[in-house]
Amino acid sequence: MPSNVSAPATGERRHRRSLAGHIERVLPRLVVAPSLAVALFFVYGYMLWTFLLSLTNSRMLPQYDFVGFAQYARLFANERWHVAATNLVVFGGLFIVSCLVIGLLLAIFLDQRIRQEGALRTVYLYPMALSLIVTGVVWRWLLNPGLGIQAMVRGWGFEDFTFNWLVDSDMAIYTLVIAAVWQASGFVMALFLAGLRSIDDSLFQAAALDGASLPRIYMRIVLPSLRPVVFSAVMILAHIAIKSFDLVMALTGGGPGYATDLPATFMYAHTFTRGQIGLGSASAIMMLCGVLAILVPYLYSELRGQRNG
Amino acid sequence: MANMVRRHTTSARLWRGGLYTLLIVAALVYLLPLVVMLLTSLKPLDDIRAGGLLSLPSTISFEAWSKAWSSACTGMRCNGMSGYFLNSIAIVVPAVAISSFVGALNGYVLTKWRFRGANLCFALLLFGCFVPFQVVLMPMARTLGWLGLASSTGGLVLVHVVYGIAFTTLFFRNYYVSIPDEMIAAAKLDGAGFWRIFWRILLPVSGPIITVTVIWQFTQIWNDFLFGVSFAGFDSQPVTVALNNMVNTSTGVKEYNVDMAAAMIAALPTLVVYVLAGKYFVRGLTAGSVKG
Repeated sequence: MPSNVSAPATGERRHRRSLAGHIERVLPRLVVAPSLAVALFFVYGYMLWTFLLSLTNSRMLPQYDFVGFAQYARLFANERWHVAATNLVVFGGLFIVSCLVIGLLLAIFLDQRIRQEGALRTVYLYPMALSLIVTGVVWRWLLNPGLGIQAMVRGWGFEDFTFNWLVDSDMAIYTLVIAAVWQASGFVMALFLAGLRSIDDSLFQAAALDGASLPRIYMRIVLPSLRPVVFSAVMILAHIAIKSFDLVMALTGGGPGYATDLPATFMYAHTFTRGQIGLGSASAIMMLCGVLAILVPYLYSELRGQRNG
Repeated sequence: MANMVRRHTTSARLWRGGLYTLLIVAALVYLLPLVVMLLTSLKPLDDIRAGGLLSLPSTISFEAWSKAWSSACTGMRCNGMSGYFLNSIAIVVPAVAISSFVGALNGYVLTKWRFRGANLCFALLLFGCFVPFQVVLMPMARTLGWLGLASSTGGLVLVHVVYGIAFTTLFFRNYYVSIPDEMIAAAKLDGAGFWRIFWRILLPVSGPIITVTVIWQFTQIWNDFLFGVSFAGFDSQPVTVALNNMVNTSTGVKEYNVDMAAAMIAALPTLVVYVLAGKYFVRGLTAGSVKG
C-alpha cells in the first residue's frame, strides 16, 4: 500500500491540490458517463426508435409517416404471428418445466455423496458452453430420419420405429424443446445444486432424527427453501425462450413451412428479408413487452425482499 | 447437505446402485451428441451411409476436418471455415478486452466512489442485460451505416462492447462490493488518488472476477449468431454464421462428416475454455441469478 504521507504543503501546492481535488471529485462520474450515455442511446434510445418505427408504414427502408397502431392490428391479424406466438407458449412452457424437473432431479441425485461428482457435473453442464448454432446442427443430424436416431434404432431390428418429428410440422416444435433442454438443463442443475448446498445441514439432521423419510424431507423442507432458486431459474429460462433465434435457424429454419417460427425469427424475417420493417418493429416491441412482463414482477419481489431482509 | 444416514442394508445398497445407474445413464445421454459429432466427423461418407450413428469408423480419417477447415463451401465461397474462424477471433479479442476493462472501471466507481444517483445509474445500465436484442437490430443497422461501420469487423466489435458492458459492470460491481471500504479509505488518507487505488489496490485482487468476466464475454461473443448474421458482411462473418451457411448450402452431395467437423471447429474454443476453467464458467453463469 502506498505510504507517501505528503509533506506540509506550500501555498502553490495547496492550490494545485485543490484543483486536483476538484478533478478527483468529478472523475468518478466522468468515468461512468460514457457507459451511461451508451446505455441511454443504444438501449433506451433504440427502444424508442423501434417503437416509433412500429408506428410507421416502413417497408424496405425506414420512413416516418405515422399510421398509428395499424401495424399492431396487422400483426394480430397475421396467421404467421399467431403460429409464432403459440409456438413460444408451447416451446417456452415445455422448455421451462422440463429443465426445472430434470435439473432438480439431477441436483438432488448428485447431492448424495456421489463419487466423481465433479466429473458428472462437468458432463451435464458442457452443452451450455456451446453455441446454439452448434447445438442446432448436431441435433438436426441426430433427428434426421434417414440417417439419424430413427435409422439407428431401425438398424437394431425395430423396423417400425418412427421418430421423424423434424419433418413433421405438428411435431417439429418439440425437436426445439429437446435440443434446448439438452443445452440448458445442466445449468439449472448447477443452480439447484448451489441452492441445496446452502441449506443448513442441521435442519436436515433434525428432520431425519424425527424419523421423517427421505422423500418427505425433500418435499417438506428442501423444496420450499429452494423457492428463490426456482424463481431465478424460471426467469432466466423464460428469457432464453423469448430470445430463442439461433436454435430455430440452425435446427429447423422455422420449418416445415413456418411451423416452428418463434417471435424472434418472425421479427428477423419480416425486418430483414421480407421488407416489412414496420411490422417487424411491432413484433420486436411485443417481444420487449413479453420480457418486461417477466422482469417487472421479478425485480419487484427482489427489491421487496431486500428491503425486508 | 449430503448427509444421508448410511445404513448398510440391502435396500440402501440397491438405492445407491440405482442412483449411480441413473446418473451415469444421464451422463451418457448428455454426451451422446458430442460423441456422435466427433465420430461422424472422423468417418468417410460411405461409413455414414452404411452404418448407424454410433458405428465406429472403418478407418479414422481427418479428411473431413481438413476440408471443413480449408475448402468446404459456405454459400457461394469455398474456402472452408478458417477465414471465419479468424474473423471471430478478430471480433472477440478487442470486444472482450474493451468491455471487460470498462466493466471493471464502472464496478470500481459504483462501489468505491459512490455519488448521488449511483444506484439509479447502475439500474439503468443493468437493464441492458435483459433487453431482447430484436428491439435494437434495426436502429443499430442504421447507426452502423451512418458511422461507416456497416458490414465491418469494427462494427461488430462496437455492438458487442455496447451490449456487453451491462454484464461486465454487473460482475465487477458485485465483486468489488465485498472488498472492504476501509482499504480504500486508508489508501485515500495516504494520498492515493482515483487511478492509483484502482491499479494498485483493486486490480491486484481482481484475478478471479477478471477470469469470470473474460470467460463469460468470450463465450457470449464467440457463440453469438444474431448480431453476426444481422450486421456482418461477407468479409467479417463470424464462425457461427459461416457454420449455419455451410450446413444450409444445398449444392451437390451433402457431406455430413464435413458438417460435423465444421461444427466441432466452431465449438472447440468454448469447449476448451469450459474444460480448462469450468469453475469460473459456472460462476459467471450463476453470478446474475444467485444472490450472494
